[in-house]
Amino acid sequence: MSERDLKGYWKKNLSYLGILLSIWFVVSYGFGILLAPVLNEIQMAGFKLGFWFAQQGSIYTFVILIFVYVYLMNNLDKEFNVREDD
Amino acid sequence: MDVQIWTYILVGVTFAIYIGIAIWAKAATTSDFYIAGAHVSPLTNGMATAADWMSAASFLSMAGLISFMGYDGSVYLMGWTGGYVLLALLLAPYLRKFGKFTIPDFIGDRYYSNFARTIAVICAVIVSFTYVAGQMRGVGLVFSKFLEVNIDIGVLIGMAIVFFYAVLGGMKGITYTQVAQYCVLIFAFMVPAFFISFQLTGNPIPQLGFGSTLSDGSGQYLLEKLDELHTELGFAAYTSGTKSMQDVFFITAALMIGTAGLPHVIVRFFTVPKVRDARISVGYALIFIAILYTTAPAIAAFAKYNMMETVNEEEYTEMPAWFGTWEETGLLTWVDKNDDGIITYAPGEAISGLPDIQRNAEGEIVRGAFGEVKVNNTLAEGPNELYVDRDIMVLANPEIANLPAWVAGLVAAGGLAAALSTAAGLLLVISTAVSHDLIKKQIKTDISDKAELLWARIAAAGAVLVAGYFGINPPGFVAEVVAIAFGLAAASFFPAIILGIFYKKMNRQGAIAGMIAGLLFTLAYVIFFKIAFPEYNSPEYWWFGISPEGIGTLGMLLNLAVSYAVGMIFPEPPKEVQQLVESIRYPQ
Repeated sequence: MSERDLKGYWKKNLSYLGILLSIWFVVSYGFGILLAPVLNEIQMAGFKLGFWFAQQGSIYTFVILIFVYVYLMNNLDKEFNVREDD
Repeated sequence: MDVQIWTYILVGVTFAIYIGIAIWAKAATTSDFYIAGAHVSPLTNGMATAADWMSAASFLSMAGLISFMGYDGSVYLMGWTGGYVLLALLLAPYLRKFGKFTIPDFIGDRYYSNFARTIAVICAVIVSFTYVAGQMRGVGLVFSKFLEVNIDIGVLIGMAIVFFYAVLGGMKGITYTQVAQYCVLIFAFMVPAFFISFQLTGNPIPQLGFGSTLSDGSGQYLLEKLDELHTELGFAAYTSGTKSMQDVFFITAALMIGTAGLPHVIVRFFTVPKVRDARISVGYALIFIAILYTTAPAIAAFAKYNMMETVNEEEYTEMPAWFGTWEETGLLTWVDKNDDGIITYAPGEAISGLPDIQRNAEGEIVRGAFGEVKVNNTLAEGPNELYVDRDIMVLANPEIANLPAWVAGLVAAGGLAAALSTAAGLLLVISTAVSHDLIKKQIKTDISDKAELLWARIAAAGAVLVAGYFGINPPGFVAEVVAIAFGLAAASFFPAIILGIFYKKMNRQGAIAGMIAGLLFTLAYVIFFKIAFPEYNSPEYWWFGISPEGIGTLGMLLNLAVSYAVGMIFPEPPKEVQQLVESIRYPQ
């Protein structure tokens, strides 16, 4: 395998990390904490929205983020031919 | 059948299962003992990780804490789940590729230094012992509350069980018992939650009931009513809390980063066969954890509503039977400050310190004018007459909601499962730190696998004894030092591992300086406010308004800054170390 392939793989991996961790930050620290007082003006069923993000929504988002990452990386492993043998 | 018989049956059956698994999954090699031979399937590992992670505190105390903290309780919910995103994206796959046995292994090899390895060992041991003492205490508490066994005997029984499967089976035994323990604890947590959610809101799913209207015919939303009750009595609204925003921010970050840096959690991802297994396994773990963590805030709100509706401005003599039962355990106390026989619940303390029940010469409980249990404590200023221990919110939930006796027995078995599974994982970290990172890697490098395995067992046995000792004689500041465990993990391991993976040029001088700086800074701050000068422990004295619980975040930033600055002065790491870093970045 050539050096260039691995560099490309790592670069792509880092860009995935950047995007996913930005979402991680915005949803928990953003919606759940910094913007919570503003979002609390919005009511969703019996929840104030900021409160819901802090106690429910952020946790659901974390789960989804990990599975998106798994999906992206499994494809990336195949694309750059670095997938482990079965 | 009554609660006690049910508890004996359920606890007995679950303990028999754990012992059966221990005999079946005996470790034959050090690889079995340290990482279950790296043969664990991702799903199994996810479940085991969830049990490993969710401790007595998550199971018994967290919902209660949130009940009394309202919105502020979100720091635990986000903090103890968000770290898994960091684990999945930044740590687990690379450490799996590295493929050794322990965190000190990685630190020692990556920073080509036994000194760095030793610092990591010290951190791992401090963090794990801090944590494990609380678990053993939790085991003792469950025994004493549900089975009326002396708390010390409870700790001894717990020690015997953990001793059996941790010493015999190592990681292999622990993994499969943790799977069983997860099933027990999640079942025990969810059953009362379904019942209560249905009773209060007509919707059995607690996550939905949490946002539904009350089924008392008022048509009012549960949370709306809860906010109303709080403000009426002079408390801050349930959904807004009282902590400052920057403190909530820093505590959440310290808990998240600390979670991702806890050695007993990280090491679980060494047990799966492949890098891609490590990734998905974190995802499974978080699903299993999220089931409990999204239910806990719902239970917190239900329990708080039930409590406020039952007690406030009601006559003591009208209280349901559970009120009296829990008074006798010292977890609930009513002091009639104005002698009107009516319970007043208001902000502020009711009494100073924990309830100390009055007894006469024959050892019988002394009762007041209305039949309430009297306490020796001095009364606190202010109108509040009710002391409620946070743990009661989970422990007494089945009784408060009038659930069948077997549900209460189940809660006891679940609490024990949560405490034992976490204790075992921590004890394993301590034993491998001694047998592998100290003896094998430093003292006697030519030791045979068999002899190393024997040492691992001896170290595990020793760790069980020390943990038991702390369980029976808890240092007065146990609750306070949990903040240290997370702070230390965040300020020491996490940056060193991250830099080790993502910054190839980081050298040993930088990493060591960073770990020491982060460690000392965090320790000093926590000790200053929590142990040395607790009278100064308030926002006006904290740096930037950050409480000792949140200081690990600053410690981590300090670690990163010092690592980088010191790293610049010294030469790059050797070629083979840079190649090692390169190699862990790719699955193959």
